[in-house]
Amino acid sequence: MVSVEVKPVTTVKSKVTIKGTKEGLVFFMDDTCSFDELLADLREKIEHSHQQILSGPLIRVSIKLGKRYCTPEQQEELTKIIRQKGNLVIHLVEADVITKEEAFAERLKSQFHVQVHTIRSGQVLESDGDILLLGDVNPGGTIRSTGNIYVLGHLRGYAHAGISGDTEAIIAAAVMSPTQLRIAEVVSKPGDEWTQNSGGTEFAYLENETMLVAKMNYLSRIRPELGETKA
Amino acid sequence: MRVDGIGGTDVGIGIVVTSGKGGVGKTTTSANLGTALALMGQKVCMVDTDIGLRNLDVVMGLENRIIYDLVDVAEGACRLQQALIKDKRFENLSLLPAAQTKDKNAITPEQMEEIITQLKREFDYVVIDCPAGIEQGFRNAVAGADQAIVVTTPEKAAVRDADRIIGLLEREKVGMPKLVINRVRSHMVKNGEMLDVEDILDLLAIDLVGVVPDDDHVIKSANQGEPAVMNHESRASIAYRNIARRLLGEAVPLLPLEEKKGVFQKMRKFFGLK
Repeated sequence: MVSVEVKPVTTVKSKVTIKGTKEGLVFFMDDTCSFDELLADLREKIEHSHQQILSGPLIRVSIKLGKRYCTPEQQEELTKIIRQKGNLVIHLVEADVITKEEAFAERLKSQFHVQVHTIRSGQVLESDGDILLLGDVNPGGTIRSTGNIYVLGHLRGYAHAGISGDTEAIIAAAVMSPTQLRIAEVVSKPGDEWTQNSGGTEFAYLENETMLVAKMNYLSRIRPELGETKA
Repeated sequence: MRVDGIGGTDVGIGIVVTSGKGGVGKTTTSANLGTALALMGQKVCMVDTDIGLRNLDVVMGLENRIIYDLVDVAEGACRLQQALIKDKRFENLSLLPAAQTKDKNAITPEQMEEIITQLKREFDYVVIDCPAGIEQGFRNAVAGADQAIVVTTPEKAAVRDADRIIGLLEREKVGMPKLVINRVRSHMVKNGEMLDVEDILDLLAIDLVGVVPDDDHVIKSANQGEPAVMNHESRASIAYRNIARRLLGEAVPLLPLEEKKGVFQKMRKFFGLK
């Protein structure tokens, strides 16, 4: 790993430290100075002092903000300066801190919601993250989630997993005879696979944008990652 | 089965009869249940909340005695007592008819609750006949009720609507509703052409309070303005009376759905003639 230590030129202490790694350049942003100071130093480095390393072939750039929270507008200001150099491609902007709302949304997404309920006709159960429903979904009832859906009961109504586009989501049910299934944007074809129910627990998943249904014991082969992320 | 609710105090119980779908027999069930309860010595008031499409008075044969109605009471045009029609055939039975010229928005759930509360002071049971649908009429009918009876027929559409209604009732204070399956045709169930009781209970997952067989006598008696329970022979009549007994807390086994065979027929079968 090559490390390019940057010598201060105009400011007393350098606010932006640029390091070279195998994956490209990493910009470490000082998180104690003011944002304007940071901008000034970055501009100085990009436009004047570091011309020699910042030119040449395409380089991937990661920005590490440390413990500074930057609004999307502030992030845009930073990346705009870096993007002036045609050969610098911003790969990611990363901070060690997030807002409370983001943290809450993040928590919801990774949460496991347990519901004890019968979803009757006309009722909709919707949530972020995974849902475990201890009860039936009756015809005309709907269960929707951004993550996976597990129904420990009879799934007779509508189920939509991965509503914000997660194609890896699955829908599992103890008894699978739904009116319709959706995963991300894919809608199940009303086949006769539901009517000749095997009686066992089954799950639906996407493979090449086609919805397939398999017995539960195939889950470990088809989505082995499900177990690890929830552990 | 025990009647849960306010047993023990001197306040009556409001029971709403509802279904979601129209034409499954809400009014017939209300009329027969109310009459059966009255025949068993309970003081009963039936309330028709189907404003604009009133039927309960017709089924009960009391149409020509209506002077004031539910909306008059709500608007204060008359006292509650003046609007009640006492059924002369059963001393315990009264009817509060719906208005025919107004619509369902002519009364609010709060007014309805007030009227039902007043009635409950005087009667043991207030049987509320709910209109079809899930709009204002439904909300009015449910407003004063302590318990709910959901009527369905063994048809997919009716069961679907019953499921919807049960979902809506969960949000009200009526507790878990009880189910009446109406107009069951045993020969069709046997051939698998009609949903059977098990299928329906499996889906709706509520307590069953009665199964009423399809019976021509019900139509005949409704047209005559006499509730079917007045006839002691008809199978539907027995089923309705059994529902009333179950509501009163008696443990009554379900009626077998098979048509009763006469002694003569049984003998013929025994000798292998049929």
